[in-house]
Amino acid sequence: MREISAQQIADTVRRLCIEANRSLPGDVRRRIEECRAQEDWQPAQGILDKIIENYRIADGEQVPICQDTGMACVFLEIGQDVHIAGDLRAAVDEGVRRGYEEGYLRKSVVRDPLDRVNTGDNTPAMLYVDLVPGDRVSVTVAPKGFGSENMSRIKMLRPSDGIDGVRQFVLDTVEEAGPNPCPPIVVGVGIGGTFDKAAFLAKKALMRPLDVRNEKPLYAQLEQELLEKINALGIGPQGFGGRTTALCVNIETLPTHIAGLPVAVNINCHVTRHQTEVL
Amino acid sequence: MEKRIETPITREMARSLKSGDAVLLSGVIYTARDAAHKRLCELAAQGKPLPIDIENATIYFVGPTPAKPGQAIGSAGPTTSYRMDAYSPALIALGQTGMIGKGKRGPEVVEAMKKYGAVYFGAIGGAGALLSRCIVQSEIVAYEDLGAEAIRRLTVRDLPVTVIIDSEGNNLYETGRRQYLAGRKNGD
Repeated sequence: MREISAQQIADTVRRLCIEANRSLPGDVRRRIEECRAQEDWQPAQGILDKIIENYRIADGEQVPICQDTGMACVFLEIGQDVHIAGDLRAAVDEGVRRGYEEGYLRKSVVRDPLDRVNTGDNTPAMLYVDLVPGDRVSVTVAPKGFGSENMSRIKMLRPSDGIDGVRQFVLDTVEEAGPNPCPPIVVGVGIGGTFDKAAFLAKKALMRPLDVRNEKPLYAQLEQELLEKINALGIGPQGFGGRTTALCVNIETLPTHIAGLPVAVNINCHVTRHQTEVL
Repeated sequence: MEKRIETPITREMARSLKSGDAVLLSGVIYTARDAAHKRLCELAAQGKPLPIDIENATIYFVGPTPAKPGQAIGSAGPTTSYRMDAYSPALIALGQTGMIGKGKRGPEVVEAMKKYGAVYFGAIGGAGALLSRCIVQSEIVAYEDLGAEAIRRLTVRDLPVTVIIDSEGNNLYETGRRQYLAGRKNGD
C-alpha cells in the first residue's frame, strides 16, 4: 500500500491556497476574454477590460485577485490503496493556516455562526473527501467568496415541475441575485440526489472547466440554453447592463427519489478560483 | 468623462452627483463592514461619540487582504452592500454622505439618502488588486480586534467609482439594464 504523509498534504494545501488566490485558471480567463470580444455594450466592455486588467495585475504582482479570499473549500479524492500517515483533517487545516498567513490572504472565517468571533487563521477548511480507486490523492483547493455564495439557492421541486421547473428556478435565482454576486457569474447547478447532495453537486459543478460540457446531451443542451437565457436578461457585468451576465452554466446530476426533484444553484463570481494537484 | 471629486463630500456635493456618473475619488475615506457598522450603530444608539468623524464621511464597504511588505494595503475591492442596510440609515442621519460598495440597497437606505443628501457609489466587485493601486495610505483607527473588519482611514487617489444610486433615488441597476435592453431591441 502506498503511503503519503499528512505533512505532504498540508504542504500541498498551503501552496494551492496561495496559487488559487493569485492566479485565475486559464479556462476562466479565456472565457472572460471571449465574452469581452462578444460584448457590444460600451459600459460593459469597460468593466470587462478592468476585470481582465485586474487578474493580470494579480498574476504579475503575486497578490490576491479579490480581497475576499474565501472559505477554503478543499476537495480530496483519495485512492483506496493509499495510506495517509498522520492526522488528515489537522493537516488540511494546517495547510490552510500557513497558506493564508504566508500568502497574505484575508482571514474570513468566524468560529460560530452566531457569536461571530474570527478564528484568525481562516480555518477550519470546508473539507470534502471522496474515496476513489487507485493509489493517488488528488487535492483541489477552491477559495469560495461569499458575495456569490449568499446568492445561492436550493429548492425541492415536484417531479411534475420537470425541466421547465428547473429552468425557471435557475433563472429566478440569477434574476434575484442581480448585481450582488459580482457578475459576470459562473452558475453551478445540481439536480437530483438528496437535499444535501444537490447542494454539493452545484458546488462540484463550479469546479468543472468552463469549456467542458456535461457528457449527457440533454444536460449539455440545457447548459447552453440556460446560458443564453441568462445572458438575455441584460443584467450585465456588475449589473450596469450588458450581454455578459454569466460566463457559463455547469450542471451536475445524480439519480434521485421517485417523489423528488431537488435543484440547487451555487453561484460563483468571475473570480472562479480552483487549483488541483495530484500526489 | 469622469468627474474628479475630493472628499469630504458635503451634502451639496452629494446632491450634485447623478446616477451613472463616473467619478475619480480622492482624499480621505473610511472602511467598515458588517461588524464595524454594528458597533458604530450601537454607540450611536447610546448617544456616545463615534471613533470616526461621521460628518460628511464616505465609508468604503471593504475588508482588505493584509498588505505585503512595501504595499500600503492588500487587495481591496467592495463587499456586497445590502448587509449594511440595517445600519446605513442611522449613519446617514448622523452626517455620512458617501458609501462605496456593490449590489442592491434597500428602500430604507434610499429614503435616508433622499432625505439627508447622500450618494451610493459602486466600485468594481472582484477587482481588488486593481483598486488597491488607488489607495496610497491606510491606517487602522478603530476596532483593531476585528482584523480585516477593523475601521481604516484610507487616503485614495483617483479611485474609480460609479454613482449607482443618487440622492433623488435614481438607480443605475435599473436604468443601465433598461437602456441596454432597449438598445438591443432597436438594433435588431
